[in-house]
Amino acid sequence: MAIYLTKESKVLVQGMTGGEGMKHTRRMLAAGTDVVGGVNPRKAGQTVDFDDRAVPVFGSVHEGIEATGADVTVVFVPPAFAKAAVVEAADAGIGLAVVITEGIPVHDSVAFTTYAKTKGTRIIGPNCPGLITPGQSNAGIIPADITKSGRIGLVSKSGTLTYQLMYELRDIGFSTCVGIGGDPVVGTTHIDCLAAFQDDPDTELIVLIGEIGGDAEERAAAYVREHVTKPVIGYIAGFTAPEGKTMGHAGAIVSGSSGTAQAKKEALEAAGVRVGDTPTETARLVLAVLEERP
Amino acid sequence: MDLFEHQARELFEEHGILVPRAEVTDSPKEAREIARRLGGRVVVKAQVKTGGRGKAGGVKLAADPAATELTARQILGMDIKGHTVGKVMLAQPVDIESEFYVSYVLDRAAGRFLAIASAEGGMDIEEVAATRPDAVARVHIDPAEGVTSAKATEIAEAADLPPHTVDVLVRLWDVLIREDAVLVEVNPLVRTAQGQILALDGKVTLDDNARFRQARWGDQESAHDDPLEAAAAAKGLNYVKLDGEVGIIGNGAGLVMSTLDVVAGCGARPANFLDIGGGASAQIMADGLSVILSDPAVKSVFVNVFGGITACDAVADGIVQALDTVQLTKPLVVRLDGNNAVRGRAILDDRAHPLVQQATTMDGAARRAAQLANAI
Repeated sequence: MAIYLTKESKVLVQGMTGGEGMKHTRRMLAAGTDVVGGVNPRKAGQTVDFDDRAVPVFGSVHEGIEATGADVTVVFVPPAFAKAAVVEAADAGIGLAVVITEGIPVHDSVAFTTYAKTKGTRIIGPNCPGLITPGQSNAGIIPADITKSGRIGLVSKSGTLTYQLMYELRDIGFSTCVGIGGDPVVGTTHIDCLAAFQDDPDTELIVLIGEIGGDAEERAAAYVREHVTKPVIGYIAGFTAPEGKTMGHAGAIVSGSSGTAQAKKEALEAAGVRVGDTPTETARLVLAVLEERP
Repeated sequence: MDLFEHQARELFEEHGILVPRAEVTDSPKEAREIARRLGGRVVVKAQVKTGGRGKAGGVKLAADPAATELTARQILGMDIKGHTVGKVMLAQPVDIESEFYVSYVLDRAAGRFLAIASAEGGMDIEEVAATRPDAVARVHIDPAEGVTSAKATEIAEAADLPPHTVDVLVRLWDVLIREDAVLVEVNPLVRTAQGQILALDGKVTLDDNARFRQARWGDQESAHDDPLEAAAAAKGLNYVKLDGEVGIIGNGAGLVMSTLDVVAGCGARPANFLDIGGGASAQIMADGLSVILSDPAVKSVFVNVFGGITACDAVADGIVQALDTVQLTKPLVVRLDGNNAVRGRAILDDRAHPLVQQATTMDGAARRAAQLANAI
């Protein structure tokens, strides 16, 4: 089962013929992803050879869907063109758009996430590593070879923290890992993923990784209390971040008292989520909880 | 990037919002001249990118040009919450009849912009919201429609603002969209005794991600008060100076933030945030190390890398090459984990640099780096 992405997913890559697009398309194919095409109006009709697979390039997302039945797109196009690319994908009726692009102006993100909702397209990102269902499919830039398939679901704002936990828990493995992105506005939230993991029979336990900024973790905590019966283990980064400074992720800025790591940790713990002090301790909590279960 | 008040004022004026006559200067003598031009009596306002200027003595009324020079001399160079006042704005005083508050802010949870408006302006809006929530109106804006006259009327009515403010609300939205701002705030927006609606003070935060299409601000670098931050920015490094002794280098913003926390948990204080991204090439590693080692407060350095797409052996090669170009003066603790970690550690072992130590876990490495910093 897993969430959002399975081996049945047929994946288009917008921006496949660019440097990052080529590099990661090759990696996605190696991880088993069914990449059915790239999209680039200037290179329509060509094919790109990736080792043993020739991937066609379509002139539009619409053409790609018509020809292949694609239901997922991964967006690598530069920030200036990202909004148009996502709107095009939503108009073409794609089910899931994974927006890897970093540095998209927030007005564009507001516009395309709002628009995608009206079209029934789920957006993951922007400024995210994508998502992986180990052993089945990988849509984005998450390294596929650091973990394996298993029963943990993971949702995170941060890429490398996700990788760290995937690696520490590689012996248990993951149903799906979703990097929702660190921007202030993202298409898929912690709550969306919690709801999906709760309904996913392959997921036994959920790891939630958050960081300073906004109140997404506090809202996720409230959601856990009301709706999630599976065990949730949390980790929050940014306890030592000073007020008013941006820490790499555009969203990771603390101003005033709300959005602090401490407030998020307390909210999660009040909802019954065990929160680790370090990534390694978080992994240990996961193991302990899984051992208690039958 | 936050704008200074005088820059926000200019933007408002360009977009047709009425503002008081004002000029900006860094010289007390020139302040006297400006006051003369503006009619003698002026408000002298410190230009700093922080709140609470008034309480700190950074906003004063001067009765005549001579008093203006004196007041400007007092305020220029003043320290307000760690910000040094480099310029003052001199503004014509306004005959205020009533004060309002209006802003457009990003509501992250809703993924939309939110209009916030109140008929109780001039004070801290968070305080008004906390003590009298009914006095603060909140209206979400549909990005596809923006703020039309109808929407602005809805906002004004919800906040009990006079009908004259509708035009300002529309124009302020224009500022937000056209300038790619993520925050536009006017506090106070005032009605004068003559019935004009004037933006008396404003705050604008621009979206750094939008610089590629905002040519005007493109060449204006974000101000780095700290020389190390300025040096790092010049090398394209994502570096933030902090107050501690353990220098930090890591890959990925989340992992680096986590590294700071783990070091703090070991009883030491991190000296900086430095995210070298996924690549971790020799050049970036060398640049990062040289910035961190030039910080006199640093007593040890912790390199924390998770090898994903760039595997640990490539990262180790980068560190070894960086050690050839950078003179290591402080102990370096390296933790490599992830793909090819064993090979990466072997490469560092072979280099056998006397100041380089390795640890296999993040927690263990943090403890070691903290010990080294505290021992010196």
